[in-house]
Amino acid sequence: MSVKSFREALNEAMRDEMRRDPTVILLGEDIAGGMGSGGEQDAWGGVLGATKGLMPEFGRERVLDTPISESAFIGAAAGAAATGLRPVAQLMFVDFFGVCGDQIINQMAKFRYMFGGKATTPCVVRTLFGAGTRAASQHSQCLYPVFTHIPGLKVVVPASPYEAKGLMTQAIRDDNPVVFLEHKAMFDDKEEVPDEPYAIPFGEARTTRDGQDATIVAIGRMVGFANTAADNLADEGIECTVIDPRTTSPLDSDAILDSVEKTGRLVVVDEASPRCGMASDISAIVAENAFGALKAPIKRVMPPHAPVPFAPNLEDAYIPGVDDIHAAVRAVVGAN
Amino acid sequence: MKIDREKLLDGYRAMRTIRDFEERVHKEFMTGQIPGFVHLYAGEEAAAVAVCQQLDGNDTVASTHRGHGHSIAKGCDVKAMMKEIYGRADGLCGGKGGSMHIADLDVGMLGANGIVGGGPPLACGAAITAKTLKTGGLSVAFFGDGAFNQGMTLEAMNFARVYDLPVLFVLEDNGYAESTSSSWSIGGHDPVRRAEGFGIRGTRVDGHDYFAVWRAAEEAVKAIRDGEGPRFIHIEFTRYYGHFEGDASSYKPLNEVKDERRYLDALKFFRARTTGGKMLKLEELDAIDEEVATLIDEAVTEAKAAPPPDLSTLTTDVYLSY
Repeated sequence: MSVKSFREALNEAMRDEMRRDPTVILLGEDIAGGMGSGGEQDAWGGVLGATKGLMPEFGRERVLDTPISESAFIGAAAGAAATGLRPVAQLMFVDFFGVCGDQIINQMAKFRYMFGGKATTPCVVRTLFGAGTRAASQHSQCLYPVFTHIPGLKVVVPASPYEAKGLMTQAIRDDNPVVFLEHKAMFDDKEEVPDEPYAIPFGEARTTRDGQDATIVAIGRMVGFANTAADNLADEGIECTVIDPRTTSPLDSDAILDSVEKTGRLVVVDEASPRCGMASDISAIVAENAFGALKAPIKRVMPPHAPVPFAPNLEDAYIPGVDDIHAAVRAVVGAN
Repeated sequence: MKIDREKLLDGYRAMRTIRDFEERVHKEFMTGQIPGFVHLYAGEEAAAVAVCQQLDGNDTVASTHRGHGHSIAKGCDVKAMMKEIYGRADGLCGGKGGSMHIADLDVGMLGANGIVGGGPPLACGAAITAKTLKTGGLSVAFFGDGAFNQGMTLEAMNFARVYDLPVLFVLEDNGYAESTSSSWSIGGHDPVRRAEGFGIRGTRVDGHDYFAVWRAAEEAVKAIRDGEGPRFIHIEFTRYYGHFEGDASSYKPLNEVKDERRYLDALKFFRARTTGGKMLKLEELDAIDEEVATLIDEAVTEAKAAPPPDLSTLTTDVYLSY
């Protein structure tokens, strides 16, 4: 056990699985860096450095830097997975899904079903997401609701370094296609992370905080914000349960429903665009299955229905914040 | 080039099977018993067969929405294919794929594909598997003239080149992407030169000539197995039917379709060439025709009699586990 960053935790998970299983390969743009150049090799180790050191250890046969051709290499990951490898493909930013959506939505997600159960497609699409880095509209989205919508994909959104390592290990070992979303504003977050490999099962939410007054469900970077908000609210005498679903597909709706049965109040915090997002989905599940337990209308804390802006003051206003969570919880408990 | 007698007979059998399969699907489709859409390969048989005859069990094929021919040529079970097209429980994909998604990974058939240009990246992936696991296998990406203008295809060609992947890119140019002429849609009008622009050697052949396709495919596959990396073949031929069943092909000028079955028929060419040159006996080929006719009859009869998928399978095999 030692203190590790989100970046280091991801790196360890990939390294350990590559050591354990020779069929695990990595492919993506600049995941080593320096391909074909006379300069530094492994110059980048991925755009935020999560794969640094893996090419020197495993060679260019297993760490494939690719041309900027997302359809080609994400599709190649699907084809390689269907024929016996366990590729981990890095779609640099999730926004680039727009140039390779077919290979994720129509190919890897559907092989098993379309082919009558005869295909196994164990691949991971790693991808950076989220606002907060002044990267503007084409490098800041949270497209996990898009993938969650697609049957055949599993969708993972880790909320801390410990979670990142355990969930990445599980993603690589999973026999289904997995989209693994890494919030780029969290890469330097640090916490105690075990040195040995461990896998966190999908579809099992974790409760980061217990409280009887309201349930807060938060995703990805919003989990940390929700914990902070819950700490602050405790000072006012409002005790919240905070639930991190970890995976949006499968979704541990039982954990959410059980908690709402106890608290009677729900706030969902989702950094994704508000329409047809996870907050709406979770709210619908609760309204449908635990309506009788609700003591107040559900509150969703989300950004506005707008692209992510560039100017720092606009972006800060865009991202759901701790104060927004305070206000939503106070509203559902009637503390205003 | 001397083609083994047995290979010739196998090739003829496969071509005849594809032709009869498609002619019969055409006929049965008109009765309304086949659901959805079918895209027929009749007229194009020599391409799939002469290419796939160069392959072995380690090799894989990524196909197109017009995939029945590739499936038969790569060794998919014909009766299970027919059942799949009818949407039956024991169809090749349990009735969940249909004509556009016929696949059998056990024989290296990575799937017909409903997305134009969807297959070439998958073929690159299968080639990466072959390289990584050192199976010696190669992968064939069949794609049409429409897909040759798709980014996915062009990205895959470049990707295969820079990694020297063992991929054979086969452009099946039947003259029309749906209703749009390839003589218009392929900018530059010279697919081989386009491939050469990617650094991939290519050749153009008449797809009605089994022997020409064989020669081109044999040479390309040998070069790939020798480590050259990707190759490209531009096959020109005609499809006898519309883009899909029900399409009247009114966009084709009359002079193109008139007499096409008389002058552009791979099976007729094959029979004339092999029996005229005394390579094969006419009776041998006639006997194959009869066997195939029986097989297709049985396939249709059995498909019609087969039960539909059980409703309990509606949500199975979305995941291995969820």
